[in-house]
Amino acid sequence: MIELNVNGETHRVDVDPRTPLLYVLRNDLKLNAAKFGCGLGQCGACTVLIDHSPVFSCLTPISVLEGRYVRTVEGLGSADKPGPVQKAFIDEQAAQCGYCIPGMMMRAQALLERTASPSDAQIRQAMAPNLCRCGTQMRILRAVKRAAKAMVGELTPVREAQK
Amino acid sequence: MSALTRRTLLATGGAVVVSFALMPHAFAQGQQQVPKLPGSLDKFPMLDSWVGVGADGRVTVFTGKAELGQGIKTALIQCAAEALEVDPEIITIVTADTARTANEGYTAGSRSMQDSGTAILQAAAQVRGILIELAAARFNLPPNQLRAKSGAIIAGDGRSVAYKDLVTGQELHRPAQPTSQLKDPKTFTIIGQPAPRVDIPGKITGAPMYVQDLRFEGMLHARVLRPPSYGATLTSVDTATVERLPGEVKVVRDGSFAAVVAQGEFQAIEALNALAATARWQQTATLPDSRKIFDTLRGLPSNDSTILNKGSPSLQSEHALRATYRRPYQLHGSIGPSCAVAKLDGDALTIWTHSQGVYPLRDSIADMLHMPQDKVRCIHVEGSGCYGHNGADDAAADAALIARAMPGRAIRVQWMREDEHGFEPFGPAMTSDIAATLDAGGKIMSWLYDVWSNTHSMRPQGSGGNLLPAQYLAQPFSPAAPKPSPQPEGAGDRNAIPLYTVPNAHVVGHFIPQMPLRVSALRALGAYHNVFAIESFMDELAALAKVDPVEFRLRHLDDERARAVITTVAEQFGWQPNANLSRGRGRGFAFARYKNLAAYCALAVEAEVEHETGAVKLGRIVAAIDAGQAVNPDGIRNQTEGAIVQSASWTLYEAVRFDRQAILSRDWSSFPTIRFPALPESIEVHVINRPGEKFLGAGEAGQGPAAAAVANAVASAAGVRLRELPLTARRIKAAIGV
Amino acid sequence: MLGRIIAGLVVAIAVAFGAFYAWAWHGEIAPASTPAALFDPGVVAKGAKLAAIGNCGTCHTQAGGKPYAGGFPVETPFGTVYGSNITPDPETGIGSWSQAAFQRALREGVSRRGDHLYPAFPYDHFRHMSDGDIAALYAFMMTRQPVALKSREPELTFPMNIRLSAAAWKLIFLRGGGIARDTAKSEEWNRGAYLVAGIGHCGSCHTPRNAFGAEKKSDEFAGGMGEGWRAPGLGSKSPAPAPWTQAQLYTYLRDGFADQHGVPAGPMQPVVRNLQKADDADVRAMATYISTLGNQDRALADRNLRDALDFAHARAVRVPGATGSATTGSSPPANADPAATAGAAIFAGACATCHRSGGGLPIARPVALGLSTAVNAPEPTGFVRTVLDGIHPPPDEAGRFMPSFNGTLTDAQIIALATYVRAHYSRQPPWANVAATLSQIRRQPTAAMEAP
Repeated sequence: MIELNVNGETHRVDVDPRTPLLYVLRNDLKLNAAKFGCGLGQCGACTVLIDHSPVFSCLTPISVLEGRYVRTVEGLGSADKPGPVQKAFIDEQAAQCGYCIPGMMMRAQALLERTASPSDAQIRQAMAPNLCRCGTQMRILRAVKRAAKAMVGELTPVREAQK
Repeated sequence: MSALTRRTLLATGGAVVVSFALMPHAFAQGQQQVPKLPGSLDKFPMLDSWVGVGADGRVTVFTGKAELGQGIKTALIQCAAEALEVDPEIITIVTADTARTANEGYTAGSRSMQDSGTAILQAAAQVRGILIELAAARFNLPPNQLRAKSGAIIAGDGRSVAYKDLVTGQELHRPAQPTSQLKDPKTFTIIGQPAPRVDIPGKITGAPMYVQDLRFEGMLHARVLRPPSYGATLTSVDTATVERLPGEVKVVRDGSFAAVVAQGEFQAIEALNALAATARWQQTATLPDSRKIFDTLRGLPSNDSTILNKGSPSLQSEHALRATYRRPYQLHGSIGPSCAVAKLDGDALTIWTHSQGVYPLRDSIADMLHMPQDKVRCIHVEGSGCYGHNGADDAAADAALIARAMPGRAIRVQWMREDEHGFEPFGPAMTSDIAATLDAGGKIMSWLYDVWSNTHSMRPQGSGGNLLPAQYLAQPFSPAAPKPSPQPEGAGDRNAIPLYTVPNAHVVGHFIPQMPLRVSALRALGAYHNVFAIESFMDELAALAKVDPVEFRLRHLDDERARAVITTVAEQFGWQPNANLSRGRGRGFAFARYKNLAAYCALAVEAEVEHETGAVKLGRIVAAIDAGQAVNPDGIRNQTEGAIVQSASWTLYEAVRFDRQAILSRDWSSFPTIRFPALPESIEVHVINRPGEKFLGAGEAGQGPAAAAVANAVASAAGVRLRELPLTARRIKAAIGV
Repeated sequence: MLGRIIAGLVVAIAVAFGAFYAWAWHGEIAPASTPAALFDPGVVAKGAKLAAIGNCGTCHTQAGGKPYAGGFPVETPFGTVYGSNITPDPETGIGSWSQAAFQRALREGVSRRGDHLYPAFPYDHFRHMSDGDIAALYAFMMTRQPVALKSREPELTFPMNIRLSAAAWKLIFLRGGGIARDTAKSEEWNRGAYLVAGIGHCGSCHTPRNAFGAEKKSDEFAGGMGEGWRAPGLGSKSPAPAPWTQAQLYTYLRDGFADQHGVPAGPMQPVVRNLQKADDADVRAMATYISTLGNQDRALADRNLRDALDFAHARAVRVPGATGSATTGSSPPANADPAATAGAAIFAGACATCHRSGGGLPIARPVALGLSTAVNAPEPTGFVRTVLDGIHPPPDEAGRFMPSFNGTLTDAQIIALATYVRAHYSRQPPWANVAATLSQIRRQPTAAMEAP
């Protein structure tokens, strides 16, 4: 029995401790956002946050998650109250098939929690681990910039908070 | 108990099973010279096949097309809302389902707006007309004193009646008329607006939107054991050991088709690996030498057809040029590997699939399983972008086979990344020869074009043979013989005929039936290669004529709409003839009308080529697209931006690698695609709206022009012309030299 | 009396310093330039291949910068020296350097104007290059694209921040140029020796240095440092369990993969990528030479190879259900370090998806961990950096891939994992202080690690 903290809630799951977090999120916790794209850490569709770092949930066994804090898209906001990153993606209509977008949003969230007003080059570098096959990347960049503006003043960047 | 009317069925969300096949036949009987109905109405003329009004006041729109991420649901809702005079929010759209919607074939070829959009627009307009008639009867007023607005019919004297109160039975169950009273486009308030996509909020907030998100009570997870190479035979496998693994693992086997089924998804993956560890295969595949693939293809037998013969082309001229262009096998590479869920309940099989064509898939699976077609139902649920015929149909067939072996259980098959890369049907490798001459005035005199290609469709067409797992059963099905697609749509020869005015021309398509690698439809089909080749060659001719590339194209085009996209781009980009660019910087231009009958698209690209490495840095990209009446301009923009980025990735990075036995590109590390740092600096898309004009398919229009514009920009920046895709840094550097 | 001794000492020091200064002084070589078009293309092409072996671009190009325009930080124990602009820009690059000036820089470590160059520029190796090779390299550099970018001044601690200290360094540590041929060895071996010692400057990373930053010739190729990574010893001095035969070295250097060793990581990646532009014969020659470094007992090497392969195979995780035993790794012994047990669990979950044998997927598997140089190295640096950074091919090329685990694993988990992997996959003694290595690495993150 393993205890997981996901989006602020504690869950107890009885699965093989080697099970990648991705499958626990989707199948045991019924959270749809994180997606299976490759299972190899090459596409980022499974990206979630652990503590403040973006990670590939397809390669993270739940055995390493004790006492750590997992966040998924579902923790960023809801349909009625979307978080700033979600709202920015909706406002920019930054999706075609949309399959890669949750991974993109989590990676963007991690970036914006560390860097208040990232430059275009910084955003591109930060988002590099995530693939989009439909070619929505230009909108994704605009959405991240839009979210950055919305979040200025709202969040204290992590490094500041740790000082 | 109230009579079971269509209306009550809609209100309660029940399935409406209507025998669509009977309707057009019944309508045609006793009628001579039936006038053709617009779009898909022609095959499915009953109005309530397309639009229904529910007792709860909601409107249901039915389409045989599928949402692929191209925004079709939203665009069709806009069409219906505009024509029916309702708020789009009250519309529910039902997409491709063999039990509920018309058979509109495949959602492919950028035909959705032409086929389904036209049908829905017209059907909704005619439904509005009927509602006015019904209200006229009720109010005892002439119809022309009534108008439709916000879901009600309103009389001049203030009386009004809601649609739901007008439709109580079968009022909409009648065939469409050949013409409809369409609103004046100048009065449109919904069509032509960049309405936000109806599916995006759910995708952004974690709603279950995809086939991958489906969950059913007692659902089991399955993984299929794929062979190490095409056509291998499974000679032995140890199912006993695997069935002892945790998760109540079962192995399903039929000949060389083997799959594991488990309670949990991770358990299924572990079981798959264990099964693979014990599996012994006899491999027979011999693939051609990838370094000589183009020569190999040219050497295979082909069916040659002349698709254009004009004047008497001749290459006798001082100003003649010839070139050969090549394009390798390329992957769809859907970001979410294919998935399907299937369940056999009694003698009825239901399959939830992201296939582009639920009807042909249904027919093919029924054939594979020797079941009657009416016992198989295929329901489209979104997958990730497919860009053509990917593994979706095969995953559905996998699920169907396993479901048959385990009746009463919902079976979820998820392909692994390596399966999707290794077994999806690729966009075929193609090559073409072009030769042309210029007259003394620098205009094209003669034009000769030959293109070699496999088929671009091995989609399931009704028999089981085109389904991958069917080919591995103990009693295997053989793939159907490939057939060429005739012009004007074409396949390998799509866009092989240039839109340019050329007095003497000869264009031949060489259709190669033999397929060394598995191939099928990839976005734009042959147009990607043909436009890359033709538009690269136009630049080469322009250079020979010493004319600016944009000017050169305009000199050969009379079509006003073609000229308009070209001049729009030239203006917005700031294309100056004879611009003096510094070393290593370049720009490229390209134009095409998709299939010579769909959307018009032009592009200009800025690029830099790094001399030391051959690396390409994309700068500004400016595009213009004319898709006729633009229903959702932002949707068209989104699709065009997407086509440009995707095409840039294919053009600069992508080629399937294979050795003499198997496909080597099995994941993203072995098949790199464009990542964020390499994206262009910016992309601007100008949508030229043509209110009142026919809908022209836009989804694939950018693919070919983007490839050519990038190639032309690279040639301009590097100072050398490359004619074989992809234009990798390594190749560019080799061409530049030290 | 004391006064005279002191006076005498002062005079002696002054005289010595004067002699040293006179020795160290170099005049300016007059500016000169040859138009790029006048260089023979064949000579330029030869120079390109030498530049590929020499990896000039790596130290003389900054991240996101133009090739050869400088700005790359070379970390030394005394501070940072920045690779200079060596494009043929006349003002900020070497555009006004004659061939003689170029040759003096490579052989003597002196700039055109007569300034001493810090040995971060490895002229202690380049001085072994032949005149013809230097001329070819010159032709190549002079035909590159000129970039106007002022070279950055070094940031060094006293007394190294005074350029004359470089002269002192040279006086003490710089040996004669030219590599003597060994007539008992083949042409190929001699070619390899020449390339490795000269333009290849392998020893700059693979030889340990003394307190003054000079290579310890007595310990040549026994292992050193490069860009925060430990460059392992070469030849039989490598900690890799399987021997580095000529064949293994050749495929490693040519194709970036050796089936008994693995793939290059960290700073070795650009080296191997550049070698793709070198002549095949030269890569083979270097492989031949390096394979002969150290103890040459052939029979011992064969036994070591069999032994290494057997051990690695025995320790490899196998797919559950394969060959009848459902195992995900051997159990640690009874008195095992608790960290090792925790590490085994982490390995089973996070690493064994790829680092295991048998089964179908994934298709591209890493070489058995028991054969890994990083796992068997005296320090855990390579292992820790690989776990944190992953291994990434260049963005537009197919290649072997490992994702980064920075963020996935906590520092404590990385330490536990390292402890386990060392215990299970190596017969070497445990690493002394993984925690200290990890903190040090965290203080010097590579670009791959640092999220913006």
